[in-house]
Amino acid sequence: MSAVLHVLPYLIAAYVFLIGCYGLATSRNLIHAVGCLAVCQSATYVLLLAVGYRDGATAPVFSDLAPGSRPVVDPVVQALTLTDVVVGATVTALLLALTVQISKRHGTVDPDELRELRG
Amino acid sequence: MHRLLPLLPAVPLLGAALLVAGGRRLPRPVAETFGCLVAAVTAALAGLLLLHSTPPQAAWVGGWFPKGGESVGIVLVGDGASLGMVTLVSLLTLAALAYSWHYFDEPPRGHTGSFPALLLLFQGGMCGFALAGDLFNAFVFFELMSVVAYALTGYRIDEAKAVQGALGFALVNSLGAYFMLMGIALLYARTGELGMAKIGQGLDAAAAGRGPDALTLAGFVLFLTGLLVKAAAVPFQFWLPDAHAVAPTPVCMLLSGVMVELGVYGVWRVYGLVFSGPGGIPAADATRALVTLGVLTAAVGAVMCWYQRHIKRLLAFSTIAHTGLFLVGVGVLKAQADEGTALYVLAHAGVKAALFACAGMLLDRYGSVDEFSLHGRARELRGVGIMFGVGALALAGLPPFGTGLGKAVSEEAVGGPLTALYIAASALTGAAVLRVAARVFLGLGPRPGEPRDEEREEDETSGSGEEPETRQRLDRIPATMRSVPAVLLVAALAVGAVPGFAHAVGERVDESGAWGVFSAVHWTAAGILLDLLSTALAVAVAGLAVARPRLLAAPGWALPLRRLQSGHVGDYVAWLLVGVALLGALALPGVLG
Repeated sequence: MSAVLHVLPYLIAAYVFLIGCYGLATSRNLIHAVGCLAVCQSATYVLLLAVGYRDGATAPVFSDLAPGSRPVVDPVVQALTLTDVVVGATVTALLLALTVQISKRHGTVDPDELRELRG
Repeated sequence: MHRLLPLLPAVPLLGAALLVAGGRRLPRPVAETFGCLVAAVTAALAGLLLLHSTPPQAAWVGGWFPKGGESVGIVLVGDGASLGMVTLVSLLTLAALAYSWHYFDEPPRGHTGSFPALLLLFQGGMCGFALAGDLFNAFVFFELMSVVAYALTGYRIDEAKAVQGALGFALVNSLGAYFMLMGIALLYARTGELGMAKIGQGLDAAAAGRGPDALTLAGFVLFLTGLLVKAAAVPFQFWLPDAHAVAPTPVCMLLSGVMVELGVYGVWRVYGLVFSGPGGIPAADATRALVTLGVLTAAVGAVMCWYQRHIKRLLAFSTIAHTGLFLVGVGVLKAQADEGTALYVLAHAGVKAALFACAGMLLDRYGSVDEFSLHGRARELRGVGIMFGVGALALAGLPPFGTGLGKAVSEEAVGGPLTALYIAASALTGAAVLRVAARVFLGLGPRPGEPRDEEREEDETSGSGEEPETRQRLDRIPATMRSVPAVLLVAALAVGAVPGFAHAVGERVDESGAWGVFSAVHWTAAGILLDLLSTALAVAVAGLAVARPRLLAAPGWALPLRRLQSGHVGDYVAWLLVGVALLGALALPGVLG
């Protein structure tokens, strides 16, 4: 049972990432595509946090915790995840801003109709 | 000296912040001068550090030094290769800023500093990526430079095509970056380290002589995917022509000149430091993966380049072809090939940026970058035409240009049939650019007609009817715009012609690399002959195409290749997934064996 529970977060990370990629590849709406990209990114959060998890450990905050008294989860991956969230917010904001401009200039946000650049 | 290393990314970032904060009040010339000054200071600093880069230095930012061999701090590594890249980035940013001096579209009211600020941010991100000594900071700087690149590509937000190209660029590259982050997470899970060299040692220790396992392979494939998307390797390359065709010219100079090459640099650095040990990916498998993708990239890029009529797109495909050659050079894992590739990258940056600069002048003078409709119209721009022609010959590998030296040294290192690939790819891309030069600047040959029967949809991206990037169409090309490509071409010439320069570059690269030391880089008779052969081929093919357009018109078999470039972002994502699977399959035997 516990083996399954240990593998589960990794399987979920892989599943979430692939489902996001599937959504991106088949998207009919650019806003939806940007959302799918955010889904892919959520998979990286899941993976990073799963990597740092320890059984019976608590948050790595030492304000009310004597160092060494209890196991804590890996703070490095949590720092990475926070940075990743910041990066993701920037990317999503920029992509949505571009989508707004595409909607204004082309009058559509359907990738099937946005195919001027080719060949 | 190593204390100065963090300044290299910090100075441009600080300059950008000041420009954004004070840009509202500054008059435009002040903002642009300040941008040039910051880029120049960074370039000077990088050059100074480069002179003191033996032995390589490391800076632990914020005083987080390793304790007992363990560290969680941010480390910047200043060795010959990384500082060389930083110098190249800074000099090219300076060139782009000088090129856009006074010329670029009137900035929106109250935002005079925005364009130089974005370029400086881009420079800071690229410098940080080149210097990063740990994987996570490499990712953060990678994302910084990517996001700024998306913004710069879509800088002219009122242009329908610009925002569209920028969005495709952004979606594909961001997805690639998340693949990279997944790879970093897996490598951290295995080793508990983020520093590149430490991860390499950790992988070797974990493998304990049994060789790599599936997790190492997954980390390798996922991490490399992000870098190869940036390097526009086939089948990750689809975003590049769209982005280059729509980005403002100074931005194209940077995208083609250094950003794409930074992807190759990342592959070189990460393979050498992380995966080259006994616990990493065996050399034979890495070579198989990188050389296969490199050959495909060079072939696809060169063929697609030949069939373009949109001049900026044509140059973009030639960048893809050359990146393929760089990948082959890095992939054979030899010191000599590394040296050749480094010289090739340096000279290619100058030549390609100069060619884009010339294309930008056509756009601003005639409002078109269509080879067909510009036929003979640019006769009056004699100086620009000469620079374009010289750039084309340099692209084909004319000695003593640095491109020729880099190509010759790489050819000697890779040997065998790959030599033919180097000659064919550089000759074909050089021929395509020469053909444009002959038609547009000399008006040679019959005027290429519009497609006879029906409008073929592949010809839709023609490049006619583009908006100039200047306030109005230029009647006279400003002196700054004309001098930038000239200086860049002279620099590319100097890479190959200045005695001792190539040797110094080679020494720096070998010292930073993992494959030992190669004796000395110099011109050889065989190399010069092969360079002359590719140049002659380029001239012959271009001449034939201009004199007898029908003879070399797109044959039927090239159409499916062009249809793959479908302009649909969903297709590009699907190709990215195919590429991940392909990369995994190519590197798989090392894990099974």
